[in-house]
Amino acid sequence: MKRTIFRNQLLPWLLLAPQLIITFIFFLWPAAQALRQSFLRQDAFGIRTTFVGLDNFRRLWNSPEYLNSLQVTAVFAISVTVLSMGVALLLAIAVDRMIRSTRVYTTLLVWPYAVAPAVAGILWWFIFNPTIGIMPYLLGQLGYNWNHISNKGDAMTLVVIASAWKQISYNFLFFLAGLQAIPASLREAAAIDGAGPVRRFFDITFPLLSPTTFFLLVVNIVYAMFDTFAVIDATTQGGPAQATNIMVYKVYFDGFVGQNLGSSAAQSVILMGLVAMLTVIQFRYVEKKVAY
Amino acid sequence: MNRLSTASVVALLASLGTAQAQTSIEWWHAMGGELGAKLEEVAQGFNDSQDDYRVMPSYKGTYPETMTAAIAAFRANQQPAIVQVFEVGTGTMMAAEGAIVPVHQLMEEHGQDFDADAFLPSVVGYYTDTDGNMLSMPFNSSTPILYYNKSVFETAGLDPEQPPRTWAELEQFSRQIMESGAASCGFTTQWVSWIQTENLSAWHNQPIGTLENGFGGTEARLSLNGPVQVKHWGNLKSWADEGLFKYGGPVGADGAAPMFYSQECAMMMGSSASRAGVIANASAFDLGFGMLPYYDDVEGAPQNSIIGGATLWVLSGKSDEEYAAAAAFFDYLTQPEVQADWASATGYLPITEAAREAMADYYAENPGADTGINQITLNDPTENSKGLRFGNYVQIRGIIDEEFEQLLAGSKDAQGALDSVVARGDDLLEQFQAQ
Repeated sequence: MKRTIFRNQLLPWLLLAPQLIITFIFFLWPAAQALRQSFLRQDAFGIRTTFVGLDNFRRLWNSPEYLNSLQVTAVFAISVTVLSMGVALLLAIAVDRMIRSTRVYTTLLVWPYAVAPAVAGILWWFIFNPTIGIMPYLLGQLGYNWNHISNKGDAMTLVVIASAWKQISYNFLFFLAGLQAIPASLREAAAIDGAGPVRRFFDITFPLLSPTTFFLLVVNIVYAMFDTFAVIDATTQGGPAQATNIMVYKVYFDGFVGQNLGSSAAQSVILMGLVAMLTVIQFRYVEKKVAY
Repeated sequence: MNRLSTASVVALLASLGTAQAQTSIEWWHAMGGELGAKLEEVAQGFNDSQDDYRVMPSYKGTYPETMTAAIAAFRANQQPAIVQVFEVGTGTMMAAEGAIVPVHQLMEEHGQDFDADAFLPSVVGYYTDTDGNMLSMPFNSSTPILYYNKSVFETAGLDPEQPPRTWAELEQFSRQIMESGAASCGFTTQWVSWIQTENLSAWHNQPIGTLENGFGGTEARLSLNGPVQVKHWGNLKSWADEGLFKYGGPVGADGAAPMFYSQECAMMMGSSASRAGVIANASAFDLGFGMLPYYDDVEGAPQNSIIGGATLWVLSGKSDEEYAAAAAFFDYLTQPEVQADWASATGYLPITEAAREAMADYYAENPGADTGINQITLNDPTENSKGLRFGNYVQIRGIIDEEFEQLLAGSKDAQGALDSVVARGDDLLEQFQAQ
């Protein structure tokens, strides 16, 4: 480690100031506000305010809708992560084997990452629209009556596909880089020892990819839990019957649409706790593994 | 560079000069697209009609977005003078004493010869307090009506000039339409909450909540799990299972109109304000209009339907001149010609008796355009059909949609679903009362 020593005490603070100010204004200040609001009950206009202690949290804990939202978030985050990482790994392996066309495929596969989540949501909304979409028509030909407006399973499938689709590009890039970093000699040696392609993948490639995989796991869970708001808003809006109402969307709906600020603040405090936990996991375990 | 900045200072001063001569007020609204263009025209009409005041409309997104924007602005002391709030936000706005200026008070202080009795009772009743004082200014009010496909009716062997009057007829027509192959579904609906629950209740003179549907105070609780509502939700579920009815989704039901336009469903219950849009999209078939169906075994049905849409609220913290501007603008809005122009261009209802009379020619030339207005004025409103006023109602509407979806999915029966609307809704009402 290289260590720079500043003689002037003020200079390092000055250099740090822009970042500190941004962190304070856009993270610490709102976070403190949310924490304060979570102990209050207030009407929409902020005219009457009552301190209610942990009442907002107690209500959440006793609310079947909130517990449902926790469960929905877990199912959603795990499905998105498994699907987007699985498909990305398959694509990365396929592209890694190519010799001349790697670049073309890589460019094409990274494209969806440039699409804004809201646009991706609308795109899938069109494709799967029960009345005018192409997919329900094709599925109808196969005898499946697709309707994500009233079928909970269909709705969850839709939001998982739409959210995973965008993330595949990101995962693909990391997996491809990880694969290319594995020395070919290892795989060749295993091949000479008589290991088939499947054996080589599970005994050599996959273990050597594990730091990448673990890193992506955390990034994908965080993505699925926090960055998929636009996809949900553009496709199912949490429905039907709260089947796709993930925590982030519920915070928005209760606070922004329902004007129930106390409950919404309490929910964001819980979410904040979850982010903190995931960040700790990432730094404790992932960083160490990636650094070797 | 120097000259440029001098020039801009001069320009700035010049613009301030004209602004001082007039009082400008902001009007935040939620009317996008063609409705927004028409609204701008109304504001422009007012600005051109006199020199003292200027109303500046600005579009703030959907109804919930507009309301939230106004609330956030109020908290930051940057509120507009006038904001358009949808009917379900009424409870929240009313409870915000100190944040709003009631319209009756505004008009008393600044309005020249404002006559509150000129309004249609079924429109203004929704927005008055228990003493009959007007709290907000009705602007765009609509009510649900039945749209039907005359061409499909004809193919199915039904009389295309005769929309179903009762739910029994609607069921029978739907079955005949499906069996004859004229269309693959009988009917669909927008807004399960507004149309199939709230309006259904008013139309059959059934209460939605205690204390005159919440008009009597914030102690009111829901009571929409009565026998008529349970029977209707149960019927919708069995009709959905049979395929006679197709669900178009929660809130305004994005899926409903496309099913009607594509002639998949022969009938649709939707807002009278959708009229222009429905006509534009129904180019491939003959369109008919009818009143909402009713159950003929319920005493007192049909009563009158209730309105939806939005009103204009005046926010506090403005100067006297600004309030004078708002009052003058409201006065302008109630003039029969202005009303008639707005109502005939959009499909919203005229809000005064004089405006309704001014539209007689229009109604004569456009058969069916008066369905909505005839329906809300069919009988004098009772305490069950005046409207509803509950706090946290945006969320309660969400609960109605969710429980209806539970019913469709088969995880609850009609009684169970409506009971849990009441239980969950009452919990929100308790929280609202405690605020």
